[in-house]
Amino acid sequence: MTEDSLHAAVAAGVLGSEDAHHALLQSITDVARAIFRARASSIFLLDEETDELVFEAISGEGSDSLVGMRFPSSTGIAGWVLVTRQPLVLDDVGADTRFARDFAEQTGYVPNGLMAVPLLHGERALGVLEVLDRPERSQFTLAESDLLGLFSNQAAIALDLLQSARRARAVLEDGTRNEAVVARLAATLSELEPNEQEAGLRLLGAMEEILRKR
Amino acid sequence: MAHVEAREDLPAWSLPAEAVEGISLSVDWPERVDREWAWGGSTGADVSVCILDSGIERGHPLVGNVERAVAVSVGEGGTTVVEEDAEGDLCGHGTACAGIVRSFAPECALVSTRVLGAGYTGSGSVLLAGLRWAVEQGFRVVNMSLSTTKHEFAALLHELADSAYFRRTVIVASAHNMPVESFPWRFSSVISVGSHESPDPFEFFYNPSPPVEFFARGVDVEIAWLGGGTIRASGNSFATPHLAGLCALILGKHPELTPFQLKSVLHLTATNVVCQ
Repeated sequence: MTEDSLHAAVAAGVLGSEDAHHALLQSITDVARAIFRARASSIFLLDEETDELVFEAISGEGSDSLVGMRFPSSTGIAGWVLVTRQPLVLDDVGADTRFARDFAEQTGYVPNGLMAVPLLHGERALGVLEVLDRPERSQFTLAESDLLGLFSNQAAIALDLLQSARRARAVLEDGTRNEAVVARLAATLSELEPNEQEAGLRLLGAMEEILRKR
Repeated sequence: MAHVEAREDLPAWSLPAEAVEGISLSVDWPERVDREWAWGGSTGADVSVCILDSGIERGHPLVGNVERAVAVSVGEGGTTVVEEDAEGDLCGHGTACAGIVRSFAPECALVSTRVLGAGYTGSGSVLLAGLRWAVEQGFRVVNMSLSTTKHEFAALLHELADSAYFRRTVIVASAHNMPVESFPWRFSSVISVGSHESPDPFEFFYNPSPPVEFFARGVDVEIAWLGGGTIRASGNSFATPHLAGLCALILGKHPELTPFQLKSVLHLTATNVVCQ
């Protein structure tokens, strides 16, 4: 049992549910849309194992039914932004038929303009945030670019937490692994009433002492 | 300005007294370096500009002739595979950069080096392989509107950037406007570029507070895009080819300039230095 997997196991016991994390992603897209007065916003998450971008959440125009959809990680604008780590702002993109087709497949909605920014956390590129169709006749400014950068940084931190939680839950759900016992213990402890929790912690403290003396 | 080729009989790390005459330079820098001296009358002819990106769409009216297009990948055992590329542009971005460079330097030789398209995993290795190939080819200017955040590639990228610098290849790289540590734009051996909001393509600023060294037009730029058309776009990745195009113009007129001399000329002709 590695230290990392133990940490994950303990975290799994106390972290929020998958629903709560989806709500967080939904909130990120909602806020992005509100900040930029845009018609839609969406988040794509990189699945490193399959090297695919996964459509995680959408706010505004577009179809929720596409959430969960996957496509190759270097496809289209989102792929370019992910791989190059550079944000992009494009307007009048409707004239590009290939772009329109790709977009329709990815989000169910073809915008006239978009901002796409990589979600970077430390060395890792976690995904891409897109903000679609800012108000017409509003010229893009560098102040917006800075705001987008700051907001994407916050979104990347949230995504990183989501991924940690998913890894941790995978440990918890795999009841055959040694870490699962630790995870269940952490979960049980976090759900106890305060006085029971205190007793439980005393018991665990005693157990820890015994194990350390081995 | 005389261009002195390296002499094989001169050791690289010392200069004996009798060798001094061999590296004498006839200096004909003007009293004042201005834009007319720097690129007046230049078309960028005989200057090769490599666009390290998503490919370039062939036949785009704003791009014109593309001398060569290759796709770079990393084969088994880490070998670099460079193949002629008939895919065109997988995204539109490379075409946009090529169009901007062409708008400055109508007679430069554009070369597309596609390092994107093979997915996220392995993209850092492909980027390195593509840059190494470009440096080996001796292109005078390499436009890199991309970066990596992976520290494992930083040292190798640094070596490559220094190697380019000494081989007279100018790497023009997009700076990040996000709170992240990324490469190669932070290296002093490259020319790093951020955006300003002015619509004048020839307006560019020297930044006295590096690491970003120059600011060029990067907001609401009309760019070449897929399908032979244009769209409007913003981002440092579009500011970068503005500086790359200027570099091509300057090198077209003064092919003997080394990267540090070229950077000095850019500094002296920058809008906020006002040497003209």
